[in-house]
Amino acid sequence: MSEVKAPAARRQKQAIGEGPLTRAALLGVALVFLGLMLIAPLLVVFVEAFSRGFGVYIDALAMPDTMSALQLTLLVAAIAVPANLVFGVAAAWAIAKFDFKGKSFLLTLIDLPFAVSPVVSGLVFVLLFGANSALGPVLDDMGIKILFAVPGIVIATIFITFPFIARELIPLMQQQGSSEEEAAVSLGAGGWRTFFLVTLPNVKWGLLYGVLLCNARAMGEFGAVSVVSGHIRGMTNTLPLHIEILYNDNKAAAAFAVASLLAMLALITLAVKTLLEARFAGSLAAQRRH
Amino acid sequence: MQVRAENISKNYASMAALDDVSLTVQSGELVALLGPSGSGKTTLLRTIAGLETPDSGVVYFNDRDAAESRIQDRGVGFVFQHYALFKHMRVMDNIAFGLRARRKNKPKEADIKNKVMELLDLVQLSGLEKRFPSQLSGGQRQRVALARALAIEPSVLLLDEPFGALDARVRKDLRRWLREIHERTGHTTLFVTHDQEEALELADRVVVMSKGKIEQSATPDEIYDTPATPFVFSFIGESSVIPVVVGNGRATLDERLIDLQVGNLPDGPAQLFLRPEDVAMVTDGGPGIPGLVVSTRRIGGNRRVTMECGLARHRIEFDAPAEVPIANSQRLQVRIIGGRVYGAGEEGYETEKLAASATSDFKWAKAEGWLDR
Repeated sequence: MSEVKAPAARRQKQAIGEGPLTRAALLGVALVFLGLMLIAPLLVVFVEAFSRGFGVYIDALAMPDTMSALQLTLLVAAIAVPANLVFGVAAAWAIAKFDFKGKSFLLTLIDLPFAVSPVVSGLVFVLLFGANSALGPVLDDMGIKILFAVPGIVIATIFITFPFIARELIPLMQQQGSSEEEAAVSLGAGGWRTFFLVTLPNVKWGLLYGVLLCNARAMGEFGAVSVVSGHIRGMTNTLPLHIEILYNDNKAAAAFAVASLLAMLALITLAVKTLLEARFAGSLAAQRRH
Repeated sequence: MQVRAENISKNYASMAALDDVSLTVQSGELVALLGPSGSGKTTLLRTIAGLETPDSGVVYFNDRDAAESRIQDRGVGFVFQHYALFKHMRVMDNIAFGLRARRKNKPKEADIKNKVMELLDLVQLSGLEKRFPSQLSGGQRQRVALARALAIEPSVLLLDEPFGALDARVRKDLRRWLREIHERTGHTTLFVTHDQEEALELADRVVVMSKGKIEQSATPDEIYDTPATPFVFSFIGESSVIPVVVGNGRATLDERLIDLQVGNLPDGPAQLFLRPEDVAMVTDGGPGIPGLVVSTRRIGGNRRVTMECGLARHRIEFDAPAEVPIANSQRLQVRIIGGRVYGAGEEGYETEKLAASATSDFKWAKAEGWLDR
């Protein structure tokens, strides 16, 4: 018996799993890919940003145009993210908890911004609100400026980032079903109470991921915003557009300095997410187990 | 509170989930809705709760049309098969949910706390009020769900397969315990189950459903002893079916007379439904139906014998005392001392007949020695 057991214990083979060589190879491929595609570009941004010294870096950031671009980017995100939070939650709630005609059509519509190229999305708004459109003259008469102004940028950003929150929530809500809501309602809770006390706590992590992704994209969106903004320096330039302008002006170091700012915003977002996850690991695990 | 459902119909896509169903539950009664999956029992329960809207028909609570009030105001305690506890709330907050949600006569927080403790005591979970649902076992979760439903002092308690997700031992304990709670609190209670044992043991009255219709509504004894339809007969307990011929008010099998009342069935083919206790082995050499034993298995103090009889080799099952030696391929004579005859057109509960007849043919051939030649 012991003769059979000893080698078995030494080379305990997992039922599911590959040999050590295969494992190392797979891991290696993943790490090389990760390094080439994610880490190296991120490092290049910071290396290039400081290539002309710290002074140039600070100057690039302190430029009035950079400051106004940063302000505009934060403003746009501050409008687009809450708007999509409301839209996304409403859409996910409707799709996951109710049956109605045209549900799959609505789902497809939500995916539209993912499917359409951002440049095309931008052009759509130019055609919709432009001087040659039906709406254009009407808006002009009313003194409302949408294109080549902040409202246009906000609208384009909302359009592009619309799916993030809804897409994150729909599968989660569908998987959870509606029996908890039914229980709440049968216990006498009204619609809002049910939503805030039962539905929302159940999806808060998905919602947080959605908001973070939505925010990252809102701050980073280039294509659609580029079409509708008009690139007016200090007026309608967001950070990504500002970076492009600097780069095209042969100010590579400055461009990378601003880019590092954007990258920092993204890194902070990820850090916040990780921190929150660690902080609430217990309640997260409890929910998953259930 | 009396609950009355009148002429409820509900269709899903093209399938009828409920087909003109009427049901009354008297105040304080404990009623089981029993049926196979897809029989419409859960739909009926959810319709009464207000979680489904019927295509036609009315649900009355006492004499009030329930559709006039919102679900929130119906005062229905609903218990779900998978508990539907609020995962992010502690046990005590789960139970207090309904009390805190009240708009009118919202009790003081101290009173709520007392009530929660009282209910925890009732469901025998005192000391667990600070736990989260994920820290409880399945049986405990379901008891919390029941306490939560009872907290609102419901006018009617509705339970959807309350023990369906639990293992057999826990299920048995909770069954007895639910009966006790019902006796203590006296709530009008309606519960759905596909487990006949649960229905027969727990309920004052059992309502058997099939294909969106009620087959029979009667006491457990009546359901077992005088099943109204072949479906009820075959769904409840063990049963065998053999085709017989009715003529002159009597049933015959292969021209052998069977001593059974056939009621006023018309002459012609009919079906004889038998429970194991309706068949007795002939040991005194008297007349009987000859058959061939195909298998035996031990059930408690008895031996369950499966025998093929008649020219068409129909399978019947009966019990014999364990001490009587019976071997496979043995020839026996049996006498039919009970059972019910139903018309040939009436449908029983579909079991896997095809598979049974295939193995039966094989075994018969083997017993006769065909395979050895």
